[in-house]
Amino acid sequence: MSSTTEILEQDGVSLKARLAKATAVQKKRALLLTMPLVIFLIVSFVMPIGQMLWRSVNNPTVSNVVPNFAIAIQQWDGKDLPPESVFKIFVEDLVIAKKNREIGKTVGNLATRINYDIPGSRSLFTSTARKAKKLKAPFKKSLIKVNKKWKNPALWLSLKRNAKDITPAFYLAAMDLKYNEKGDIVKADKLYQIYLSNFIKTINLSAIITAICIVLAYPVAYVLSILPLRQSNLLMIFVLLPFWTSLLVRTTAWIAILQTEGVINDILVFLGFLSDDGRVQMIYNQTGTIVAMVHILLPFMVLPLYSVMKTISPTYMKAALSMGAKKSYALRKVYLPLTLPGLGAGTLLVFILAIGYYITPALVGGEDGLLISNLIAYHIQKSLNWSLGAALGTILLVTVLILYWLYNKIIGIDNLKFG
Amino acid sequence: MSTNEPLVRFENVQKSYDGEILVVKDFNLDVEHGEFVTMLGPSGSGKTTCLMMLAGFEPATNGNIYLNGKPINNVPPHKRGIGMVFQNYALFPHMTVAENLAFPLEVRNIGKAEREERVNRALDMVRLGDFGNRRPAQLSGGQQQRVAVARSLIFDPELVLMDEPLGALDKNLREQMQYEIKHLHESLGLTVMYVTHDQTEALTMSNRIAVFDDGVVQQCASPSKLYERPDNAFVANFIGENNRLMGTVEAINGENATVKTDSGDIVVATKINVSSVGERTTLSLRPERIFISPEDNKTPNTYSAMVKELIYHGDHIRTRFSVCGDDDFIVKVPNSADNTSLIEGKEVNIGWMSEDCLALDG
Repeated sequence: MSSTTEILEQDGVSLKARLAKATAVQKKRALLLTMPLVIFLIVSFVMPIGQMLWRSVNNPTVSNVVPNFAIAIQQWDGKDLPPESVFKIFVEDLVIAKKNREIGKTVGNLATRINYDIPGSRSLFTSTARKAKKLKAPFKKSLIKVNKKWKNPALWLSLKRNAKDITPAFYLAAMDLKYNEKGDIVKADKLYQIYLSNFIKTINLSAIITAICIVLAYPVAYVLSILPLRQSNLLMIFVLLPFWTSLLVRTTAWIAILQTEGVINDILVFLGFLSDDGRVQMIYNQTGTIVAMVHILLPFMVLPLYSVMKTISPTYMKAALSMGAKKSYALRKVYLPLTLPGLGAGTLLVFILAIGYYITPALVGGEDGLLISNLIAYHIQKSLNWSLGAALGTILLVTVLILYWLYNKIIGIDNLKFG
Repeated sequence: MSTNEPLVRFENVQKSYDGEILVVKDFNLDVEHGEFVTMLGPSGSGKTTCLMMLAGFEPATNGNIYLNGKPINNVPPHKRGIGMVFQNYALFPHMTVAENLAFPLEVRNIGKAEREERVNRALDMVRLGDFGNRRPAQLSGGQQQRVAVARSLIFDPELVLMDEPLGALDKNLREQMQYEIKHLHESLGLTVMYVTHDQTEALTMSNRIAVFDDGVVQQCASPSKLYERPDNAFVANFIGENNRLMGTVEAINGENATVKTDSGDIVVATKINVSSVGERTTLSLRPERIFISPEDNKTPNTYSAMVKELIYHGDHIRTRFSVCGDDDFIVKVPNSADNTSLIEGKEVNIGWMSEDCLALDG
């Protein structure tokens, strides 16, 4: 016993400390080698995502454009209209804001922001701002004189809500909810309820695509794993061929095949299965999205399955047969469980890729086959409501993380095998 | 079950994988009930192929295989009811030991209570009573091996095939497992067909050994017969250690053959498979059947030999002589007080009996 402690403690320095000292240089060098990647990840991954998360809750417009008013309006209890003092500060701030040309601090920005909440109020702000300089006390009266929409308490409530820097409003919008005129959270109008149903559709389509991929990839991977090397290499090239072709080329090829005047319809009409005016619509809808995405994502299912199946010794099946199991029973009870790590990895990979896929649904999805990523792209590129886009993106990210967590709970991430 | 029929019969069985080379050329073998038959041979000699044909994993290219008198060429493997132990155990890694053992019983729709009872009995049989809930990966190689054996026996097959089951174990464990398998064979009255390339293993365990080479059975006999009276030079070489002297037959005299070795010495040997004068022959001599400084007239063959090397082996001293033109003539000299006279570089007389010297094919 005492000799062991002696070895552990030498000159009062513990073994752990000595070990750490001996390996310190190696550890530092290893850390240094990873630095380029770490920096790259921080710049290209962590920072943009952090910025997206921040933008999805950040709401600086009101406090930027009319800063004094943003503070003053918080005194108002929300009943009727704000007091005259608040109106006075609002007009003063508006006069200052009119001169401001800095991006994000113009009256136009303010108008756009309130317009999200109360449609049709954009011109109200811009036109009033032009006249603000000439307005005289009492400001409440003179403002209403310029435009009687200023009498609407909902407008002031909206201004009060948006005067805070952090808002859940974009998340509410992303989940088909909104503030009503009294400031309660209610369902959005029927016409604007598009996000939740799209999320559900995206998850459904991704699940269908994943399921089709499993059904198609499993036998292929099995054959690949048992064939002699020469043949399996040749087959593997066919599996990988989609990887070496541009995504755009592959997707447009599907347009040529599936469109109403396309190859499949032509053949069916030629063979007399369809009449010339009864051609089937197979693209610019969900069918098109599913077909093209299964084609693109199939290798991501085949490869992990193949890599796992390759390691399964054929003696397991032989052993099961020798013990009296039929081939189907042995496949189900012995082979399938052994392939679970690859199946899990492929499923996770394909599903997560499908749920965030953009180009293919945009090209062949039509109206019906659009996924949530296409809506996010719309808000980033067209409507320029980046905050709403960021909120939608964050929800998508959280959904994927939850799935990942569930997967880890059920199958265990250690069992994943990507190849 | 008719007891007159052999349990297993191979009849003119041939096997080719590519249609060009016969891996098994003409295999004939009967295995009686309760026998322990080992197929021994260098790798690539076709022994595992024969086992796989019997188990049903490889179809025979030609010939018939009978089990209990019935041809089984067209019976799928799961209907043959043959137990099998594989080289790397093939224990299902996703099941516990108990689940592995229960697998053949589940397949046979045996009820849960009986299943559990038989699993427990099997675990006790291989002395792994407390290991039922472990996974195969948590067991040592020897324990995995015992589970694999128990699994192949749990559904009471008449016949168990073992394909180099001890190949992955270290030497001590291998020897211990050899005895365990031998005892199971005896106590359960099993019929075992065993494949190995390890001749010691084959000699220890088997009732009969079929020595394979180049797709042909060279000899199938009991271990002692194989060792004492090999049919040809390949068997003599493959089983045990063996000194070889090349020569030509000078005269044949009943059971004996007089051979003139290439060095010009005359040796009287037992005739095995030489038939005519002038034939080339290999004389086979076991290293433990050589006498050092034999008394006069005790051995018909006595020669002067030069001691080339002494290698200490504890219980015996391996001595390399140069005799009758062979520089690598090995003699195992017991480590006793009488044999201290051997000194490297000195000449000494050595001799052997004619019945210990076999004249085999050249």
